[in-house]
Amino acid sequence: MSNLLDTSVAPPWVSSRRSTGAAAALDHAAAAGARRAIHLACRGLQKSYRKGPLGIPVLQGIDLDVREGEFLAIVGPSGCGKSTLLHLLGTLDQPDAGVVTFEGHRIDDLPAAARDLLRNRHFGMVFQFYHLLPELTTLENVLAPALIAESTIGYWLRRSAHRRRAWELLELVGLAHRARHKPRELSGGEMQRAAIARALLSRPKVLLADEPTGNLDRSTGEQIMHILGELNRRERLTIVMVTHDPWIAGQADRTVHLAEGRIQQG
Amino acid sequence: MYKLLLCWRYLRTRYIALVCIISVTLGVATMIVVNSVMAGFTHEMQDRLNGMLGDLIFRSRSLDGVLDAEAHMAQIRQVAGEAIAGMSPTVHVPALMYLTVGGELLPRQITLVGIDEQTYASVSSFGKYLQHPENRRQLQFRLRDGGYDVVDHQADASVAKPRTVMKNAGWPWRRYKSMIDRQRADEQRLLESNAAATGSAAAAPAATQNPFQQMAAAHGEAEPEGRDFDPASEQHAGIVLGIGICGFRMPDGSDQFLGLPGDDVKVSYPLSVVPPEITSHDYTIVDFYESKMSEYDGSFAFVPLRTLQKNRGMIDPKTGLGKFTTIQIKLRPGADAEAVRDRLQNAFPAQLYQVSTWRDEQGPLLAAVHMETMVLNVLLFLIIAVAGFGILAIFCMIVVEKTRDIGILKSLGASRSGVMGIFLGYGLCLGLVGAGVGTGLGLLFVAKINEIADLLARLTGQPVFDPAVYYFYRIPTIVEPLTVTWVAAGAVAIAVLASVLPARRAARLHPVRALRYE
Ligand SMILES: Nc1ncnc2c1ncn2[C@@H]1O[C@H](COP(=O)(O)OP(=O)(O)O)[C@@H](O)[C@H]1O
Ligand SMILES: [Mg+2]
Repeated sequence: MSNLLDTSVAPPWVSSRRSTGAAAALDHAAAAGARRAIHLACRGLQKSYRKGPLGIPVLQGIDLDVREGEFLAIVGPSGCGKSTLLHLLGTLDQPDAGVVTFEGHRIDDLPAAARDLLRNRHFGMVFQFYHLLPELTTLENVLAPALIAESTIGYWLRRSAHRRRAWELLELVGLAHRARHKPRELSGGEMQRAAIARALLSRPKVLLADEPTGNLDRSTGEQIMHILGELNRRERLTIVMVTHDPWIAGQADRTVHLAEGRIQQG
Repeated sequence: MYKLLLCWRYLRTRYIALVCIISVTLGVATMIVVNSVMAGFTHEMQDRLNGMLGDLIFRSRSLDGVLDAEAHMAQIRQVAGEAIAGMSPTVHVPALMYLTVGGELLPRQITLVGIDEQTYASVSSFGKYLQHPENRRQLQFRLRDGGYDVVDHQADASVAKPRTVMKNAGWPWRRYKSMIDRQRADEQRLLESNAAATGSAAAAPAATQNPFQQMAAAHGEAEPEGRDFDPASEQHAGIVLGIGICGFRMPDGSDQFLGLPGDDVKVSYPLSVVPPEITSHDYTIVDFYESKMSEYDGSFAFVPLRTLQKNRGMIDPKTGLGKFTTIQIKLRPGADAEAVRDRLQNAFPAQLYQVSTWRDEQGPLLAAVHMETMVLNVLLFLIIAVAGFGILAIFCMIVVEKTRDIGILKSLGASRSGVMGIFLGYGLCLGLVGAGVGTGLGLLFVAKINEIADLLARLTGQPVFDPAVYYFYRIPTIVEPLTVTWVAAGAVAIAVLASVLPARRAARLHPVRALRYE
């Protein structure tokens, strides 16, 4: 299990630069008798939004470890910076200070192309507002990561494999009968299930979910949570989910609280 | 791959983009139509200009001309013989021509050209514009018995209005006219004798009615001396008139004639003496030519070279050699007209002779047409450029509208260049579709331009293409593939250029800000 931390063989999304400082300390901490390998982690993350000369501090030093196969819920009131944290973990944004590591490698300072690749291959993301592309059908939305990853010719060469995978996932989330529908013809729950299928297409190692049930009623939310729980158990998918709802958070293995820009103990 | 898919979907779902396409399409179509029509007109004009003039014009600077065309032609042949296909000496002189219409004399200012009917056809396509089929084969300055074209042989029989009066042209018309004239003279005599009988002296003396009889008499070289000239069986020297000199076209496209082959005209021009004196002679119209260049058709008249030389006193009494003013030169195909011109000009003193190509002769006209085409193209291209700004504005709107989608794509791992590619590709698609449809429409319009003109004329009751103005029956068009390619490529380039700015904006959007965008 410690081979996950073996930095002698760099994964494709990592530049030749070695992780340093805080990341090295993190490696050390992980090696020191952890139950499972640390999959995704951050140290001393700070982020503030600048409004004119004043900075509004949102995150003020976040330390977080997510272990492989763990289902972690981050709970906090609205506006406390949960989405901001998730975006930083998913390399959609860059922190003012601190590091983010993935499988022992620092990822927050990677060049844009490497971060694009990372998001495309290794992270799946699910958002509160589903964020499906309205011009594409459900099937095409699910296929989007493959469409983005492949060149035109490459896609046509591996088209059937991609489509088979997309159909599998649609069946997994129970949306096969809706494959040809446009997102606007789907209900909220269906859209979120399609978004989950999309997030899983390129067999990511980590799923980042930003209030996946935030816009859904209780029973639909339960459906979504059921799917996420199954994925975590069966596929041993690492899931980081943020939510303001303690009940939803209760479905996860572990819950941490975010308040005033820091992780409160939980 | 997603770029193509999204481009395609955006094209199909954003109908506002169609507006951009339409403006590009219309711009391209207009440019193609305008260029084709201009090219058609220019070609037609050049063809006819070159057809009327020789390729090269060797001209004496003296209006009175210089002696001995043969010697000059021999010298020209010596200088540039290998490039020359044919030569023909001519005499050009400004003249005044009088047509008799309903007893009235109508003066016409013309350029009288003496041509050698044996060789002139070898330097000019003048012959093919004549109205009698025999004359088109070999011009003769003899009145024909009839058989002049009733329908313009250069036009579709379906569109040209028949010229029914031409049915009678030739000897039948001449005999008929002389009979009428004789009857009228008889009546006149009768009236005069009646008037004399009643003692009234009001009738004007016959001689003053026709000033030319006096003038001709003064020079003592009127028609065949010693016997009476019988107009019913004899003709004067033949003259070929530009159809615009003694005819005009009505707005409905039919032609009216003030005279016909068989009628006589009187022509006055300066004698080749110092100080100049005016002389006049009768000529019989033997044919019309119709080059459709109103500049020529309305001013040129052709007579036999030898006759003109004799009548103007251009023949040296000692040697019997005639003077000429110009030698028309036809070059072999592929010969470089400018180079031959320069060689000839160097071989002859420039104070006495001027050598020019037909393009030099028509330089201002050709330059004006060229200029016109250029200006039109610039204006029309500006229209496409305006369409480009439309694309820019609408693309910016679409980028704003698609902000969240751009964030989604980035969160799924799309690169900056990929996002930029979507919008550049979108612009390219718009440009291609717009230019493609525009090219198709333009070519279709060009192919059916005359039908469209007819339809418009019927709808508005106003002829769009007035044959009275242009002298053609149909709008001439030439599609130049190179021009079409350039226009289409230019339109596509403008569409792509216009999408660069919005595409860069899209590429630079911060993914988080884009995702949070509502
Ligand atoms: N672009 C921005 N500019 C300024 N403030 C922002 C911006 N984005 C988010 N914020 C602020 O950062 C804080 C955290 O936002 P967010 O991470 O979305 O919270 P949560 O997801 O927990 O509701 C909020 O107070 C929000 O107002
Ligand atoms: Mg949020």
